[in-house]
Amino acid sequence: MNIRGSWDRFADAFLNGRVLAKYWPDILAGLGVTIELAVLIVITGIAAGLALALLRCLGWRGLNWVIVQVVDLFRALPPLVILVLIYFGLPRAPSGFVSTWISLALVLAAFAEEIFWAGIVSVPKGQWEAARSTGLRLGQTLRLVVLPQALRVTIPPLTNRAIAITKGTALGSVVAVSEVLGAASSAMSNSYNASPLLLGAGAYLVLFVPVVVLGRFVERRLGPTAKPNHV
Amino acid sequence: MTTTTRVAPLIDARGLHKHFGPLHVLKGVDLMVAPRELVVVIGPSGSGKSTLLRCLNLLETPDSGSVVVDGIDLMDPRTDINLARQRIGMVFQSFNLYPTMSALGNVTLALRHVAGKSAAEADVLGMAALARVGLADRAGHRPHQLSGGQQQRVAIARAVALEPRAMLFDEPTSSLDPELVGSVLAVMRELRADGMTMVVVSHEMGFARAAADRVVFMEDGAIVEQGPPDAIFGDATHSRTRAFVGQIRA
Amino acid sequence: MSDFFDAGIILAAWPMLWRGLLTTLALSALVVPLGLAAGFGLALLSTSRSRAVRWGVIGWTDLFRAFPPLVLLILLYGGLPFAGLELGGVACMAIAFFLNTGSYYSEVIRAGMESVPPGQSEAARSLGLGTWQTLRTIVLPQALRRVLPDLVSNTLEVVKLTSLASVVAVPELLYQARQAQSLTYNPSPIFAAAVLYAVALWPFVKILRRLEQRAAPSR
Repeated sequence: MNIRGSWDRFADAFLNGRVLAKYWPDILAGLGVTIELAVLIVITGIAAGLALALLRCLGWRGLNWVIVQVVDLFRALPPLVILVLIYFGLPRAPSGFVSTWISLALVLAAFAEEIFWAGIVSVPKGQWEAARSTGLRLGQTLRLVVLPQALRVTIPPLTNRAIAITKGTALGSVVAVSEVLGAASSAMSNSYNASPLLLGAGAYLVLFVPVVVLGRFVERRLGPTAKPNHV
Repeated sequence: MTTTTRVAPLIDARGLHKHFGPLHVLKGVDLMVAPRELVVVIGPSGSGKSTLLRCLNLLETPDSGSVVVDGIDLMDPRTDINLARQRIGMVFQSFNLYPTMSALGNVTLALRHVAGKSAAEADVLGMAALARVGLADRAGHRPHQLSGGQQQRVAIARAVALEPRAMLFDEPTSSLDPELVGSVLAVMRELRADGMTMVVVSHEMGFARAAADRVVFMEDGAIVEQGPPDAIFGDATHSRTRAFVGQIRA
Repeated sequence: MSDFFDAGIILAAWPMLWRGLLTTLALSALVVPLGLAAGFGLALLSTSRSRAVRWGVIGWTDLFRAFPPLVLLILLYGGLPFAGLELGGVACMAIAFFLNTGSYYSEVIRAGMESVPPGQSEAARSLGLGTWQTLRTIVLPQALRRVLPDLVSNTLEVVKLTSLASVVAVPELLYQARQAQSLTYNPSPIFAAAVLYAVALWPFVKILRRLEQRAAPSR
């Protein structure tokens, strides 16, 4: 087989203009769903994680023990297992979209709680004491003095973790959510052609390469400074 | 010097006990401080003097005993400790300024959120407090832009701005370079001259001798001896006091 | 709720689940070393004197970190057959993880190498050690010790990600659980699989917690 022929065959299977023309709106719609899911997961997951970390500041032993165990459970379970459990396992299963949202938000909440807690703990005790000695309440001390300092060490790991978990929205395709991968997969099986899948993969790159580069930038800006060590 | 017992004390702490795990850090300490009195607490490290000080605004909760400041029983569960702490300023060895805020921001935070002043009112009061410690021109500086001595003076302004009835100083000059100690002690002397009631844990014997009304010597979780500085530094009753004072001077 | 934990069904599905668990372990034993190997390779390349190589490594790692691993997996498993190349599920897992988790490992190892003070390798070089010897005996041991929590955390993530293999018909734990579920019309096998995952991985999370606490700056 000549090179020309195999290229034509490859192009027909992966870069088929006719198929792409028909299915690109599906992929675009899928991109909308992916973004919607990602935004919902990031907002609710981080909010829940922050709430748990703040609850832990109350210093109630029993409650803290429970928080740590639940957080560890969601760090131990694969996100896909949580998703399948919610979608196929719950007696009155929520939709695929809601199942994906809930499961990934739970995972992000668990990681975010740990990251926020580490940030809060990294603020010296003297800051708490100074604030409390002027009569600021626990909540005021947290909000006005401790959190602004904690957030600085929190942002780089939180950004990276949020990116990693929003990429998990592709898991939605397993529970029939028409996000990018789901839309691309069904377009592929409808058209007997891999071009939609390649377009879908391209859509993920368009979406996540800037985010990954941003994460790298944030880490360099706020993370511990390191100099390259050329041997 | 007998004035200390005639007037009703502003700070009245009795029978304080405190354990840290197996350590018995305070073994039944009584401390009464009259209005406008300056008490300097001295003693070897680990003697419990910082813990005693921190019990006076309940940064440490005593295991037993009573703490009454300006007529408010701090140990009473019905007492709003945050309101009480407004009346008791505290200055720390390591300054503990908020690094995310300017000097003025440090001073005005509690004015706004505890004393309920408006931002404008708080700024006026905050600037006055900074002027009092000689740092009005540094209001916009962040803590890391200030010297140690300046940071500690901002910390004093932060406490003074709330117009407390009493001030607690926990080794306020111990982490300062020697040449910066003087400026902080000068501010403390001015406070004293203005009639502030003060309890100071310090190793600055010169300050204690010159400014204190009363010197309290603590060792091993208990008060060994107390009296006017001349007595403590001149001819202390207890050999342990004499040994400690002699050591410090040597 | 009794639907959720039907002991009889779990017992009946147990042989399937057990085989699935063993497959998950075997799969992990395949993809973790692959990812580590790729990670070391990329990290070493990132110390290259050539700017083009260094930028190439950054581009490569960012590219594969941007791809959701499942997308990469489906692309290999569902897309390649259209090019006349049919790979099994396990082979696709191996390639996808080599590319994806290798990029994550490389970032971790590189960060570790950058955290070793330059004086360390300079001292070794001044003693006459070669580049490779310096790297192997001086830099890497310190680097790995510094990033041990991140390495463990990354490995935990990789093991969790093996559950993606269920989508490409590799009979690992989650796949077996879903098979058992569809055979019995009962979600208990999935619940049992989740418990198995938790039991298997919880200790690693606890170890990770220890390591992270030790690595945290004391105050």
